[in-house]
Amino acid sequence: MSGKTLYDKIWDAHHVTDRSDGMSLLYIDRHLLHEVTSPQAFEGLRREGRRPWRLEANLATPDHNVPTVVSERRAGVPGITDETARIQVETLDANCRDFGIEEFGINDVRQGIVHVIGPEQGATLPGMTIVCGDSHTSTHGAFAALAQGIGTSEVEHVLATQCLAQRKSRNMRVAVHGAPPPGVHAKDIILAVIGAIGTAGATGHVIEFCGAAIEGLSMEGRMTLCNMSVEAGGRAGLVAVDDTTLRYLEGRPFAPRGGAWAEAAAAWKGLHSDRDAAFDRAVEIDAGELEPQVTWGTSPELVTGIGGTVPAPDEMDDPVKAEVAERALAYMDLAPGTPLAGVPLDKVFIGSCTNARIEDLRAAADVARGGKVRVSQALVVPGSGLVKRQAEDEGLDEIFLAAGFEWRAPGCSMCLAMNADRLLPGERCASTSNRNFEGRQGHGGRTHLVSPATAAASAIAGHLADPREIAA
Amino acid sequence: MRAFTTHSGLVAPLDRANVDTDQIIPKQFLKSIARTGFGDNLFDAWRYLDEGMIGKTPNERRINPEFVLNAPEYQGATVLLARDNFGCGSSREHAVWALLEYGFRCVIAPSFADIFATNSVNNGLLLVTLPTAVVGELFDLAGGGGLTVEVDLAAGRVEATDGRMFAFETDAETRRRLLRGLDDIGLTLDHADAIREFEARHRVRQPWVFGAPARGPA
Ligand code: SF4
Repeated sequence: MSGKTLYDKIWDAHHVTDRSDGMSLLYIDRHLLHEVTSPQAFEGLRREGRRPWRLEANLATPDHNVPTVVSERRAGVPGITDETARIQVETLDANCRDFGIEEFGINDVRQGIVHVIGPEQGATLPGMTIVCGDSHTSTHGAFAALAQGIGTSEVEHVLATQCLAQRKSRNMRVAVHGAPPPGVHAKDIILAVIGAIGTAGATGHVIEFCGAAIEGLSMEGRMTLCNMSVEAGGRAGLVAVDDTTLRYLEGRPFAPRGGAWAEAAAAWKGLHSDRDAAFDRAVEIDAGELEPQVTWGTSPELVTGIGGTVPAPDEMDDPVKAEVAERALAYMDLAPGTPLAGVPLDKVFIGSCTNARIEDLRAAADVARGGKVRVSQALVVPGSGLVKRQAEDEGLDEIFLAAGFEWRAPGCSMCLAMNADRLLPGERCASTSNRNFEGRQGHGGRTHLVSPATAAASAIAGHLADPREIAA
Repeated sequence: MRAFTTHSGLVAPLDRANVDTDQIIPKQFLKSIARTGFGDNLFDAWRYLDEGMIGKTPNERRINPEFVLNAPEYQGATVLLARDNFGCGSSREHAVWALLEYGFRCVIAPSFADIFATNSVNNGLLLVTLPTAVVGELFDLAGGGGLTVEVDLAAGRVEATDGRMFAFETDAETRRRLLRGLDDIGLTLDHADAIREFEARHRVRQPWVFGAPARGPA
């Protein structure tokens, strides 16, 4: 018999029983909540007279809808000018109060994007099962936690039962060999993976990332990687525990301490796939050959190197792919053959649960230092209050401000443009977020997904640019 | 949850691959704290020429005559036909609520994204997965309107007006839940004792899961 994958191990350790209809019940260790996908779930609990099963499993924060302009933010919830957004944040506050769930409120320094604050607080721990009503919950897989995005009915289900009813996914291994060249970051690796396997390439699978390039990544980089595994269709992404994982977590508020830490750390060391574990699918990528990546279409798989050109749909063999590409180019207003480096930009967004951690801001600041922004607006939106504070302690805010970037309060911001941070119709943006779907960053807006270094280089150049050239 | 047994209805062909949930229901409508009120904004950015906002009624909007759901021949459609990877992207269940509220009871495509598929079952929206070639055939039949199909979940069969039949598979659990419209939480709570027992063992094996945070920010 072959050994177990990391996913098998976490699944087995949380498998409660099989329900009468055949669905498996998976015990959930941590449940993160935010204002957009929870109100209808709380309403459902009230309607049925149900209570949360285990209160301490839950941690909530408003992030999607909060204003990020520092002056608007100061006034707290009453200061949110968009009434529907304010009602949503108030509703989260009220639900957390009524049910007794811990919440980091809008101006708590610990507030931030759920997928940034979970790890930052040590509320995300190895071997855990984690859910959140948000597809990018896959981020937490960087800690060898089985972390899945769920819908609102499931949010209600987890609140009421502490379990998720599901069928087991299949195992997929993505091995990234070699070492990325300078200027190539975790974001470039995951964009290249999605380019290789497609946005449905991992549907029905949990992806485990491994290989020298992954081992060499910081926790921030691994979070970027796992964050976008959902963009490849994966149910979750995973990276095995190593010393990098443990070093990141030790001393975090929710992490165990003292003897309990030693006991936990010893147990976590077993959180990797067995040598003889069998995967249903395996993909190999060589990081040594990559260059910084940039998307040219309206799906993350429509991606190429910054040195590349916009592809020609009529040269594609697959008619469905050609049609998709043609529609994408019409939306993006790009002509086949155009070199990507040099495409003029209106805006730049550095932020989101993909790339708004301290290391991302450092990488962007390194490139931005001493430069001047040449786009109409360039936003830097830290992922949490604590990231913001640390960046300010390191003087990164001054580098950005001096270069002409705006320095904002934490939230999702222009990643999904639910608040005032958005593109206008026809505007083009280099963005460190994770989705370049039509209208994602604003009705009619055009998004190029890139790494923080590429975003900063592009802001300074006024067009899509190779960060290696600016740094040189 | 609403049960699904058989359904007969007009097919609307949405000839696009990778239709993401941002397209099915754009983010500005996610600010609602209700479970209803999304039907008028289904596919909002494609259906209307102006930008939609919460509170704007369809009468105040500029209709996009090019969009398939606005064509006269597809009015009243209750079965949506689409290409690969339908429902990818954001986990928003609002996408399923919007499809149902618009009137769709069933979506037929070669493949669906995982979270969207779960959300659909949880709301009684049937997803029928058929091979790419068969979906292509249905697109040919549905063009121009007038294709009505009968979808029979128990039999796993889609029957077109002209008598053509297409078999589809669903897994047994999903089928049973959809056919009976079972309350998911109720089904799980039947196992409350097993959950409690598991929890007690888990607390011993992985006590750190149950730890309280140390005071103050990191
Ligand atoms: S930053 Fe963007 S992708 Fe991440 S949770 Fe917020 S809206 Fe979702």
